[in-house]
Amino acid sequence: MPDSGGVFTKEKMNEMYRTMVRIRRFEEKAQELFEAGRVVGGIHVSVGQEACSVGLCSALNLDDAILTTHRGHGHSIAKGTRLPEMMAELFGKATGLCHAKGGSMHIADVSKGHYGAHSIVGSNMPMAAGIGLAFQFEGKGQVAVAFFGDGASNQGAFHESMNLCAIWKLPVIYFCENNHYASSTEVGTSTSVEDISIRAQAYGAPGITVDGMDVLAVNEVSAKAVQRARAGEGPTLIEAKTYRFYGHSRYEEKFGSYRSETEWNDWRERDPLILAEKVLGISADEKKGHFQSVEAELAEAIDFADASPSPKIEDAYEDLYA
Amino acid sequence: MSEMTYVEAINAALHEEMARDEKVFVMGEDVNNERISPAEAGLAEKFGAARVRDTPISELGFTGAAVGAAMAGYRPILDMRRIDFMMLAIDPIANQAAKLRYMLGGQVKISLVIRAPEGGGVQNGPTHSQCLESMFLNVPGLRIAVPTDPSDVKGLLKTAIRDDNPVLFIEYRCLYDQKGPIPEGDYTIPFGQASVKREGSDITLIGTGSQVANCIEAAKILAEEGYSAEVMDPRTIRPLDTGGLATSVRKTGRCVIAEEGHLHGGVGAEIAASLQAAAFEALKCPIARVAALDVPVPVQTKLEAYVLPNTEKIVAVARDALRIV
Repeated sequence: MPDSGGVFTKEKMNEMYRTMVRIRRFEEKAQELFEAGRVVGGIHVSVGQEACSVGLCSALNLDDAILTTHRGHGHSIAKGTRLPEMMAELFGKATGLCHAKGGSMHIADVSKGHYGAHSIVGSNMPMAAGIGLAFQFEGKGQVAVAFFGDGASNQGAFHESMNLCAIWKLPVIYFCENNHYASSTEVGTSTSVEDISIRAQAYGAPGITVDGMDVLAVNEVSAKAVQRARAGEGPTLIEAKTYRFYGHSRYEEKFGSYRSETEWNDWRERDPLILAEKVLGISADEKKGHFQSVEAELAEAIDFADASPSPKIEDAYEDLYA
Repeated sequence: MSEMTYVEAINAALHEEMARDEKVFVMGEDVNNERISPAEAGLAEKFGAARVRDTPISELGFTGAAVGAAMAGYRPILDMRRIDFMMLAIDPIANQAAKLRYMLGGQVKISLVIRAPEGGGVQNGPTHSQCLESMFLNVPGLRIAVPTDPSDVKGLLKTAIRDDNPVLFIEYRCLYDQKGPIPEGDYTIPFGQASVKREGSDITLIGTGSQVANCIEAAKILAEEGYSAEVMDPRTIRPLDTGGLATSVRKTGRCVIAEEGHLHGGVGAEIAASLQAAAFEALKCPIARVAALDVPVPVQTKLEAYVLPNTEKIVAVARDALRIV
């Protein structure tokens, strides 16, 4: 079903829209909870980038793998990560996905094929190559996806791992969310090419640039990359042009000191949720239903997190060695 | 008992473990060339090219890939060629492998072995002669083994491969052609168990890696002078068998630690601190250390010999300790 590449049932389209709403509302809620002092450590929300996570993850099966970044809540949710346990991790509770050891930047749910958010920029790409290698050994056609940003495409890990995937034809998808800023650094000042997708040519692999605000456009190119990978044809680099509507992390106001309000407003006109209503054919009633349902899910997740215990002090040594 | 060299023992362990578990595989530069990689001799013919992979020169990339494969349930054995090159892969080792199980709340196991051949004495120069285990000794989540003879290297490598945790497996290249007896059959040696390489009562000489042999030679020289030296080999430095080493120090009251790595912040610094905490009341004199001088290892033969530790330096330091009654 997920490889259909463009033709979806009404049920599937509603499921995709609901997942985007779930991400949007989780991120807005997480920001509020952080400002209210209820979240441990920092968060990096991905409001504005929902079409990327949902577009790609809608083309994956449960036993495909993703690895993401510090800005990974959206990918985590799109892959089916358990919401109550995710919220508990943000609250620093013992029931959190990472037992309160990793926090927002290390959300993982291996039971859903989510091999973790990784906070060293670029570090997830070689790991995705390795999971792809394991999948190649297994021979069941599973694929691994590495999500990363424009800044990460300048890390050596990107170049080395893409070369490795190309020579060994590993079933890996490199998904670059080019939101034009790496913290405060604008991509044009750091990156030698305008379209990051062109870098795939250096590794003999296909590279595609796509509108990252359009969930169906993202899904279409993703499905093709997934098919290539499953067929043993090797890696694909997808670059989705997108934008984050909040700051880099919790300390910044909406557009920060390094982005213009004009630029921010222009991108807001292409809000992926509003676009998704159109391209997925969501009615006003359906939209209302999705938002109500998601509010209830979030309330349940927050209740679970609130009711959960904090870790015991002795738990500091838990999970160090197998 | 049969006899084989240190590198043949490594090769035997690899053959046996790859036959035992199909998830075990080998990766590294030139692992399919028998001259460059004697440790991997015959593996590709027996197990196929997919499980014995030559990598491009991409230490960061392929080490990170090994971490990923381990996360997905496989058991990679990396051949880093030289620990000097491993410096390019510190992120996947210290930030990922050592911490992923902990950071992800126990959801993954990093069943990874990183074989790191190292050491100097053959005029290979500053960046091809280093002993860097002390750099990683400070990273919780890693296990570090430092085998010094054929029977230990085989047993410890098997333990490392079967361990579900990331193991930095240090191999001293100067020991590769040393022959020694090997027990028959499948045997493993547990981590965290020091071994008594020579019994004695007047002074404890603790050697790691290449210096164990020098400690044994030093003990023979000291014996001619009427002193009885006990030689201890920790075999793993994380976990470190402080209890076993302390038992020896309580018996002798004197301790010299010898390592090939640099003195400042070396393995000996950790062993000395642990031992004085465990056995202070038994010490008749301060714990002494013999190590490489704190300069990069130079290529010229005499300069290199001056910088590196040797039997004579161990004997001299031991005599100073023995003179304190």
